[in-house]
Amino acid sequence: MSPLTAGPATGRIHSWDLSTGVDGPGTRFVLFLSGCPLRCLYCANPDTWHLRDGRGATVDEVMAEIDKYRPFLTTTGGGVTLTGGEPLLQPAFTGAVLRRCKEAGLHTALDTSGFPGARATGELLTDTDLVLLDIKSFDPAAYRGLTGGDLAPTLTFATRLNRLGVPMWIRYVLVPGWTDDLTAVDGLAEFVAGLDTVDRVDVLPFHKLGAAKYEALGIPFPLKDTPTPDAGLTRQVCERFRARGKAAY
Amino acid sequence: MTATVTAGLATGAWRRFAGRGWRGRIDVRDFIQANYTPYTGDASFLTGPTDRTRAVWGKVSALFPEERGRGVLDVDAATPSTITSHAPGYIDRERELIVGLQTDAPLKRAIMPNGGIRTVENSLKAYGYEPDPFVTKVFGTYRKTHNDGVFDAYTPAMRTARKVGIITGLPDAYGRGRIIGDYRRVALYGTDRLIDAKRAERALLDARPSSADIIRDREELAEQIKALRELTEMAAAYGCDVSRPAATAHEAVQWLYLGYLASVKEQNGAAMSLGRTSTFLDVYLQRDLDAGLIDERRAQELVDDFVIKLRIVRFLRTPEYDALFSGDPTWVTESIAGIGRDGRPLVTRTSFRFLQTLYNLGPAPEPNLTVLWSPRLPAAFKEFCARVSIDTSAVQYESDDLMRPRTGDDTAIACCVSAMAVGRQMQFFGARVNLAKALLYAVNGGRDEVTGEQVTPELPPLTGEYLDYGELTTAYDRVLDWLARTYVDALNVIHYMHDKYAYERIEMALHDYPVHRFMACGIAGLSVAADSLSAVKHARVKVFRDATGLAVDFRTEGEFPAYGNNDDRADSLAVGLAESFMAKVRKHPAYRDAEHTQSVLTITSNVVYGEHTGNTPDGRRAGAPFAPGANPMNGRDEHGVIAAALSVAKLPYEQARDGISLTTTITPEGLGHAPEERAGHLVGVLDGYMAAGGFHMNVNVLDRGTLEDAMEHPEKYPELTIRVSGYAVNFVRLTREQQLDVISRTFHGSL
Repeated sequence: MSPLTAGPATGRIHSWDLSTGVDGPGTRFVLFLSGCPLRCLYCANPDTWHLRDGRGATVDEVMAEIDKYRPFLTTTGGGVTLTGGEPLLQPAFTGAVLRRCKEAGLHTALDTSGFPGARATGELLTDTDLVLLDIKSFDPAAYRGLTGGDLAPTLTFATRLNRLGVPMWIRYVLVPGWTDDLTAVDGLAEFVAGLDTVDRVDVLPFHKLGAAKYEALGIPFPLKDTPTPDAGLTRQVCERFRARGKAAY
Repeated sequence: MTATVTAGLATGAWRRFAGRGWRGRIDVRDFIQANYTPYTGDASFLTGPTDRTRAVWGKVSALFPEERGRGVLDVDAATPSTITSHAPGYIDRERELIVGLQTDAPLKRAIMPNGGIRTVENSLKAYGYEPDPFVTKVFGTYRKTHNDGVFDAYTPAMRTARKVGIITGLPDAYGRGRIIGDYRRVALYGTDRLIDAKRAERALLDARPSSADIIRDREELAEQIKALRELTEMAAAYGCDVSRPAATAHEAVQWLYLGYLASVKEQNGAAMSLGRTSTFLDVYLQRDLDAGLIDERRAQELVDDFVIKLRIVRFLRTPEYDALFSGDPTWVTESIAGIGRDGRPLVTRTSFRFLQTLYNLGPAPEPNLTVLWSPRLPAAFKEFCARVSIDTSAVQYESDDLMRPRTGDDTAIACCVSAMAVGRQMQFFGARVNLAKALLYAVNGGRDEVTGEQVTPELPPLTGEYLDYGELTTAYDRVLDWLARTYVDALNVIHYMHDKYAYERIEMALHDYPVHRFMACGIAGLSVAADSLSAVKHARVKVFRDATGLAVDFRTEGEFPAYGNNDDRADSLAVGLAESFMAKVRKHPAYRDAEHTQSVLTITSNVVYGEHTGNTPDGRRAGAPFAPGANPMNGRDEHGVIAAALSVAKLPYEQARDGISLTTTITPEGLGHAPEERAGHLVGVLDGYMAAGGFHMNVNVLDRGTLEDAMEHPEKYPELTIRVSGYAVNFVRLTREQQLDVISRTFHGSL
C-alpha cells in the first residue's frame, strides 16, 4: 500500500454525482470537495466554500462509491474528476483519492483554480491525467476584484504543469463587465498559446443558476444584476484562442 | 413448393437473390441473412426531401391543425371497418408513391366495434357524431363483442380489482394490440404462396381429433386464409397484385405496407407495431440501386412516402383513453439495426434512411423508431443515431445483446419494450398491476386505502404504531399472492374473449402455426413500493389510522436510501419485488399455455395510477404521480441520470422479459459543453448503460420549446433537470428569470 493510503485518510466532501462531457472527457464521477480559499463573485456553489460544511468521508468510502461506476466510466472514455470547492485545499485526501483511482485504472482529472497550486505535490500531479485549470482573469487587478486572491500563483502553477508535461484544459468563465475585455483575453490567449500541454480551452458563459443557493444561505448574490453573455461574445472569445492554435469551445 | 419457386423465377421477382432455405419455406429471416448488405459507412450518402415528398407531406400535414382542434378530422360512423370495407383513399393520387389509407380519405377514422360497441359509441359522442342506428342494432342484437364476452365471464373479484385500480388498463373494452404481423412476408412471397402455406398448416390438423383446442385452431386458420384473400382484394382496389411476390423495391415497400394497412383496417389495437422492416427492404432497394433502376433520391423517397403513411395511422378512441396515454398513440414501432447471430451488424443503408425521415419530414413520435443497440454496432451508425436523438428526441434504444440470445436476431419490439421473434411469437397484452397500492393493502388487511372497501379476502391488518419490516413483508407477500392469482385469471378471461370475438385474422395469418404465445403481465409503482419498503427497513415509519382503523397516512422518522442512486440497499428491494412477483405470476396457468412474462413499464399512465393511490410509506402523497416505468421517483435520484440508470439496470431482464423502461431527459449541455462532441458522449452513455445490463432507454434531449412549456406548465415537468458544468438544478424550481437564463444559455439566444 502506498504511504498516502496507509493511514485513515479522511476528507471533507460536499457531494458527488456523474456528468458527461462537461468535467473532462467522457462520463465522469465528479467528487465535490468542501472548502475554497477564493470567493469568486459568480461562484455557483457557495455551499462548498467552508470545510466545516462538508461531511467527513474516508478514501475507502469514496473509492467504494467510485468502484460501482468503474466499467461505465471506462466504457465512455471517462474517469474521475475532483472538484469543489477547491480540491487542493485538502491535498493529502485529494492525492490519496487520485492515487487510488490510478491504481484502479481510471482516468483522473483535477479541477482547480490553481491558486493553491503550490500545495500539489509532484506525486499528486503524477497521479493526475488532466488538470482543468480555471483561470478566472488575466488581469491581476480584475482577478483580485473577482476572486479576492492573486493571479500569480495560478500562472506559476500553469507553467509548472507545462514543465511536468501534465495535460491541461483551460477554463475561462466569461462574465460581462468582468472578464470580457478582449485585450485581457488576448493576453491570456498568448499565455495559453505558450503552454504546450494545453489541449483545449472551454469558454464557459457566466450563469446565475447558483442564485437560489445564495438565497438559501442568506448571502447576497453579488452578480445578481450582471447579464449573461450573448452567443456572439462567447464566439469572439473562443476565436481569440483558436487564432493562436488552441481548440476552444 | 416447386411451382412457386419457379413462379418466383419466371416473374423475376426473386432474381439475383441468394440462399435456398427461405424459398422452400416461409422464412424471412433466412432471406435477410442470405441477401442483405451490411453498411458500416457514415450518413453522408443520405438525401433530403424531394419536392414531391414535400408536396405530399405538406398536403396531409395541412390537415393536422384542424384535426388537433376538433380531436378528430372526420369519422365514418356507419361502416364497421374490415380489410375491404372502404373504397381506396389517397392523399395526392398523382404524387403518392406508396398508396393506401385506412378509409377513403386521409385522417378519416373508422369504427371497429368488435372490441366493444359502447367504446365506439362513447368515442363518437365525444366528438359530436351520432352512432349509426344500424351499427348499434347489429352489435347490440346480433353480433356479440369482446367487451360483452369479458364481462359475461368476469368474476366479482375481478370486477372489484379492476374498479379500485389495483389492476388497471386491462384490454377488456379495446383492442389488445401488440401483435406484429410479419408484413414482410407479403412482399417476399405474395399472398398466393402464403395461402398455400396456411392450407398446409391446416391440413396437418385434419388428422387430429376435434378437441376444443383443435377446432379453434382450424377455425382460426380458416379465418387467416380469408383475411389473406381480403388483403389481396383490398390491394387490387389500389391496383396492386399482391397475390404474387414483389418484383421491385417500389413494390416491396408497397406490398409490405398493404399488409400492414390490412391490419390497421381490421384492428384498433393499443399498439399496432410494424416489426423489423428496414433491413429487409434494403435488400430490394439495394438490388434496384445496383441495377440502376433507381437512384438514392428515389430510394429515400420510397422510405419517406412509406413513413408518411405510418404517421397518419388513426384510430377512433375515447378522450379518456387519450388522457391515459397522453395523446393518441398508435405505437407503429419499427425496430432498426441489431447484430446477427453470425456477428454481422444488421445495419444497412435503409437503417439510415428510416432515421433520415426525422429530418426529411421533421420530428414525430410515430413511427416509433427503435434502435436495437449493441456496443458492437458500427461506430458511424451509432454516431448518427445519437445525432438524430439529440436533434429530434424521437429515438428509443433497446439492448440487442439482451434480446438476441432469447428471441433471436429477427426480434422486433411491440409497443415500447416488448420483444418478439417476428412471425413466430405473439403476446397477450396484460396491462399491469399497481404494486404500491398492493403494499397499502398489506398494511390494511386487503382494504382499499381510498374507498375502505374489502378487496382481497379478509387478511389480518398490521396494527402497530410503527410498521415492522418483517410483518409488512409477510403481509405483502400474501397480498401479492392474491393479486397474481386474480390478475392472471382476469387476463385469461380477456384473451379468451378477444380470440373469440376480435381475433387478429390478418396479423395471425402473417405468423407461423403454431405460434409461441407470451402472457405479458406488468407491474407499476415499483419505485414507490421499493422506497416504501426501504423506509420501513432503514428508518421508522409511523402509521396514522382513521376511525375505521384504515391506515391513511405515514410519517417517516430518519433517513432511508432510495431506489435510483445505485445503492444496493434500496435497489435490491426493487429487484426482489420484480423477481418475487414474476415467480407468483408463473404459478398460475395461462390461457393457451402462454409463457408468462412481465414488464416494468407504465407508458404515461403512471400519472393515473398515482391519482388512484393513497399516501405511501415512502412519503409520497396521495394522488401524486408514480415515476414512469422503472424510473426512480422524481427527485429521489440525487446523483444524476447515470446513477439512476445503473439502478434500473439491476432489474433482471430474465424476470421482466416483456421489457424494463427507463425514460431520461437531458439538456444538450448535459451531453457536453462542446456541441460537436455531444453525439459521441451519448454513444458512450448508451454503450455504458447497455454494457451494465440496461434494457431500454428513452432519450429526451430537451429543446427550447420544451423548456418554454415547462415555464408555463411546471406541473408537467416535476423532474426536469438542467445540467451545466459542475452543477445540476431542477428547472421548475428556478425563478422565471433564472429559467430564461437557462434557456438563453442552453440555446444561445434570448427569448
